[in-house]
Amino acid sequence: MKESMYKALELRQGSELTGKFTRSSVAVCGLGGLGSHVALALARAGIGRLDLFDFDVVDLSNLNRQQYKVSQVGLCKTEALRENILEVAPYCDIRIHTGRLTEENVPELLADADVVCEAFDRPEEKAMLVDAVTEHFPKKYLVCASGMAGLFPSNMIRTRRISRRLYLCGDEVSELVSGSGLMASRVMLCAAHQAHMILRILVGELES
Amino acid sequence: MVKINGVLVDAAGKTLKEFLASTDYDPLRIACERNGEIVPKSRYEETILEEEDVIEVVSFVGGG
Repeated sequence: MKESMYKALELRQGSELTGKFTRSSVAVCGLGGLGSHVALALARAGIGRLDLFDFDVVDLSNLNRQQYKVSQVGLCKTEALRENILEVAPYCDIRIHTGRLTEENVPELLADADVVCEAFDRPEEKAMLVDAVTEHFPKKYLVCASGMAGLFPSNMIRTRRISRRLYLCGDEVSELVSGSGLMASRVMLCAAHQAHMILRILVGELES
Repeated sequence: MVKINGVLVDAAGKTLKEFLASTDYDPLRIACERNGEIVPKSRYEETILEEEDVIEVVSFVGGG
């Protein structure tokens, strides 16, 4: 089964890309609307190892935009997402971390990742992760997201290379405020930008 | 002059910390890039802005 799955992947995306992806490791920080979609897209491309970080449990209010099912309400997002990923990519090495990423534990928990995906909800946590990764791993690539709420046009969502190693996806302005919710379609656009930039980085295509 | 988010500002000689304190940016929600590299918060105080520096302050918004 494993061999046929990798053969099928190679048929679709070539053996060179597949080889690079299977030898790569990505940390997905936050498993909500962004992270759950990013992780699945990466697993489908054959990423070898995924480290999944979230402290929360699946709630009914998540189902409008996150990759979980009614049957998973109440489960830890880390466990639920691992289950869902393994159904489509059974040979992905998934390591789950149920708890909060903090300035203190970033050095230990993110050491092995080739690329870190920031997929948190709160702006303070986004900024904290950028700061902690830059402080402890100045050479690590970081793909962040900011601005994907509301029903604003799709084409406002973009990927921008902020520094040599930091990329920012989103429209950078559409904040989550009451009355302007998060829609699966627009959150997925932003998540797709993140996942795609991560794949590009892993094969050395560094421009956004 | 220092270019900050595309605008020329007379901020050369100030530390990054001093410059940010003179703005409305919420220090807990930003990342600062200087000449292609992100400056970690621990170095805001020792980073002195120089003539022709290019700075970008990214302000994160919520949702994810």
